[in-house]
Amino acid sequence: MEALLKLLSDNVAGYGSLASPLQYLLPMVLASLCCIALVALFPIVAVYAERKVAAHMQDRLGPMRVGGWHGWAQTIADGIKLLLKEDIIPSEADRVLFKLAPLVVFAGGFASLVVLPFGASVIVSDLNIGVLYVVAISSLGVVGIIMAGWASNNKYALFGGMRAAAQIVSYEIPAVMAILTVVIPVGSLSTQEIVRAQEGGWLGIGNWFIFKPVTAVAFLVYYLASLAEVNRTPFDIPEAESELVAGYHTEYSGMRFAFFMLAEYVNMFVVSAIGATLFLGGWNSPVFGGPVAFMLKSVALVFVQFWLRWTLPRLRVDQLMYVSWKVLLPASFVLVILAGALAVR
Amino acid sequence: MKEYFRDIFQSIWTVLLGMKITWKHLFTRACTMQYPDQRWVLPERSRMRLFNKIEDCIGCGQCVRACPVDCIYMTTEKRTKDEAPVFASDGTPIKLRVTQFDIDMSLCCYCNLCTYPCPTHCLVMTPEYEFAVYSKQDFLYRFAKDKPVAPPKPAHHTPVPEPAK
Repeated sequence: MEALLKLLSDNVAGYGSLASPLQYLLPMVLASLCCIALVALFPIVAVYAERKVAAHMQDRLGPMRVGGWHGWAQTIADGIKLLLKEDIIPSEADRVLFKLAPLVVFAGGFASLVVLPFGASVIVSDLNIGVLYVVAISSLGVVGIIMAGWASNNKYALFGGMRAAAQIVSYEIPAVMAILTVVIPVGSLSTQEIVRAQEGGWLGIGNWFIFKPVTAVAFLVYYLASLAEVNRTPFDIPEAESELVAGYHTEYSGMRFAFFMLAEYVNMFVVSAIGATLFLGGWNSPVFGGPVAFMLKSVALVFVQFWLRWTLPRLRVDQLMYVSWKVLLPASFVLVILAGALAVR
Repeated sequence: MKEYFRDIFQSIWTVLLGMKITWKHLFTRACTMQYPDQRWVLPERSRMRLFNKIEDCIGCGQCVRACPVDCIYMTTEKRTKDEAPVFASDGTPIKLRVTQFDIDMSLCCYCNLCTYPCPTHCLVMTPEYEFAVYSKQDFLYRFAKDKPVAPPKPAHHTPVPEPAK
């Protein structure tokens, strides 16, 4: 945003003579518009991509009709359908919470975009507590999920909400521990600082944290935990359709449901982008740096999420808790201790 | 303790194995057929819609008797001596006038048993399979062209479903 402000004041004549609040407001509005565009467009592409990947992994073709070429407009058509659907609120539901829940879930994912370092200067705000901010703000989604489960006044929705809460709270600990193993050697919570610490090295990728012994395992731990945090298969028991209809969004339809889907895909992107920032060198790349490299890395991680989804079956609740508390958590503690020992040395 | 680490190793390894399989399938040719654009070319002798070349039908009624679900309805009357003789394409003289030859394809079980006894081979199954209709009545295929000359004898008359209005 600072870069945008500088760009505006350098290139737009008379920009400096504007009122000072307005000078700062304009870059803010522009940056948030960019974020909204990303949030609106990414799920459209990602849902289509997921359907295609899913189909081809099952030797099918996926959507082929809408829009002509390989059904490229399928998600747009689905979005329009959801927009035109009747807005249903169950009569026994808590109306206020019911309406608020999708927005809270969505806000949690959306707000995380603030600290994603798309490029050396392409970042909405380089907070000096960036990583902590992401961890904190993405937990907001849990509140929204429980809210949705409770407000629906539906046993399946409530079960889904409770499961989601239990799952996300448990998996947050290993995820944060895995993030700590990166924060300790860098010595900063700012996402830009972490990316800069990964510059250079052998072939321009040698300093990426995924190629260093302790953080490589930490990446695995983080990735597994992040899968659970965004409720993706094999950890998608909060919306396990075979047992819970659709989990916390059972009673939602139309645009409110679309917001849950939007939030899910934005969250998928956010956790992948954080993974790319912390472990895959962010916008650093031996060939071309900047936003393109960052997006490619994030999208590659999102692809792995698709890939895992169509490979693995869903875990049982107790297995899920086993993986978190008995495998990932001890592993992440050991990793933090090792990372600390390496940093002190 | 050994078991614990073995389990972790094994789970990671098996996940990778599974991912390898799905990766292979990602590049396997899809087996989907885009139906209205592409169609199966059925073999020549597929058992689909029935067709009766009524000009060759001698009205023997063997198909009616063979049909296990009784979906063929036939009414015939004797051609009189003073009418000009007619022959089927294989030379069999046609002594009966077929005034009704209806097949209800909604009842047909596609067993093909009716076509074997046909002496003039006029009743055949065609490879045509796209004959869905909006009304069930439209499944009643009427092949007879001749109008009855003599009043129908009640004993030979088979009940027919009402035609579509």
